[in-house]
Amino acid sequence: MSRTPAIRFERVVKRLGGRVVLDEVSFEIARGEVFVIVGASGSGKSVTLKHMVRLLTPDEGWVWVGDDCISEARGRRLSELRDRFGVLFQSAALLQWMTVEDNVALPLREKTRLSEADIAERVRAQLAALGLEDAAEKYPADLSGGMQKRVGLARAMILNPEIILYDEPTSGLDPVTSRRIDELILDLRRRHGITSVVVTHDLHSALGIATRIAVIHQGRIVEVRAPAEFLRSEHEIVRAFLEAQYITRRGAWETEAAT
Amino acid sequence: MNLFAAVGRRLLLSCRNAGRGLIILGGAILELRHVFSRRNRREVLTQLFITGIKSLGVLTVVAMFTGMILALQTGLELRRYGQEVNIGTAVTVVMVREMGPFMTGLVIAASVGSAIAAQLATMTVSEEVAALEVMSINPVRFLVMPRLAALIVMMPVLTVYTNILGVIGGAIVGRTQLGVTLPAYFDNAIQYVRNKDLYVGLFKAAVFGVVIATVACQQGFQATEGAVGVGHATRRTVIMSFLTILMLGYMITRLFYK
Repeated sequence: MSRTPAIRFERVVKRLGGRVVLDEVSFEIARGEVFVIVGASGSGKSVTLKHMVRLLTPDEGWVWVGDDCISEARGRRLSELRDRFGVLFQSAALLQWMTVEDNVALPLREKTRLSEADIAERVRAQLAALGLEDAAEKYPADLSGGMQKRVGLARAMILNPEIILYDEPTSGLDPVTSRRIDELILDLRRRHGITSVVVTHDLHSALGIATRIAVIHQGRIVEVRAPAEFLRSEHEIVRAFLEAQYITRRGAWETEAAT
Repeated sequence: MNLFAAVGRRLLLSCRNAGRGLIILGGAILELRHVFSRRNRREVLTQLFITGIKSLGVLTVVAMFTGMILALQTGLELRRYGQEVNIGTAVTVVMVREMGPFMTGLVIAASVGSAIAAQLATMTVSEEVAALEVMSINPVRFLVMPRLAALIVMMPVLTVYTNILGVIGGAIVGRTQLGVTLPAYFDNAIQYVRNKDLYVGLFKAAVFGVVIATVACQQGFQATEGAVGVGHATRRTVIMSFLTILMLGYMITRLFYK
């Protein structure tokens, strides 16, 4: 496996509406990692994620995907770099006028020359892998939030990407469904070695799935640590974040009330 | 000074929007070469159906009443000179040259244009357009081109439909209100209409189709702020389409009829 990081941010600065949203952000994500970015609303988490697939372009600095600078790529090269990614958006971003089956088949129809029979077979297998075989004919509006996210994940995975980005994958979901999404993320890493980047508020989820957790505050990365070290961090932003979710130094599942 | 600044900002914004619209239009025109490809065919046919068939009801009413009003107003004046038989020419020429494409443009801008803007705006604010970009699916090819193609094809077709119904509406009013027989009306109707009138009218209709598609898609892609943004995009699409259709309609008439 190549030792080049899967993703590298190099002094990335982004201003939106006159406000500095990312302020000289630099970090690396190794291949096969589950890298979780946490932070308050408006801290720059989703903006960071959007830079990885060039939905936003840095005002200063560079974003690298492997050995390629995606922040400067154009045209076909940009398309090729984006093809390495699958993205699960916060709202799942399914096309509302298409059935689940058609949504998942869309990347195959658009990016491959597979026959309709082959596409149907791959879509069926993908839906079955995520427990969605009964939802194939349904429209996104007929599905629960958790099912929509799973369909979004099925679409993100259908072209076997190297990296999957998750924008708030568990927001708005009940705890059981949230844990199921977490298990899917871990399963993809275990079975396929997929690199995952997860943006979330949910520290319980982050501590359960991350290889490393980065905390972003006012556009700056203030801490990057493995979960065990993260729990023991003395950084005041990290402590405030942990305590807000009733997580103590002793562990993710111990609350002050319980001890 | 504040007033000047506000006007200046508004002008700059309008220029930027126009520029964005032209970029989208240029991209969609380039993509028209793929209009019959396997991956686009189904969406193009869907858009042809939405633009054409779904607009027929409201267009029928608008076209009939436009012809009827034209016939009544001109007929009442002409009757003072014993020339009411000439309403055939008046209605047909005005419908074919101006009112046919114009009324069709307004109806399609208000119905199809606003629907396109609302759909694309909703897709934009719910990150569906971003999802397409990440999948390296060009939103202009996937979303704009089929709508542009449908409007370019269907606007002239619907204009012919509007013209025919307008002329029929005029005939009904001529027969029932002004005592003009149907043979006399239709003889008179085709006597003074030239091929050029038809071609220019259809050309106008196609141009209006381009305007509606461009404005609606540009406004849709530009939407922000959730549901409020969707509402703004829809409203601006109707207003800008109406204004552009009016102005371009005048310019095309000036160009061909000197």
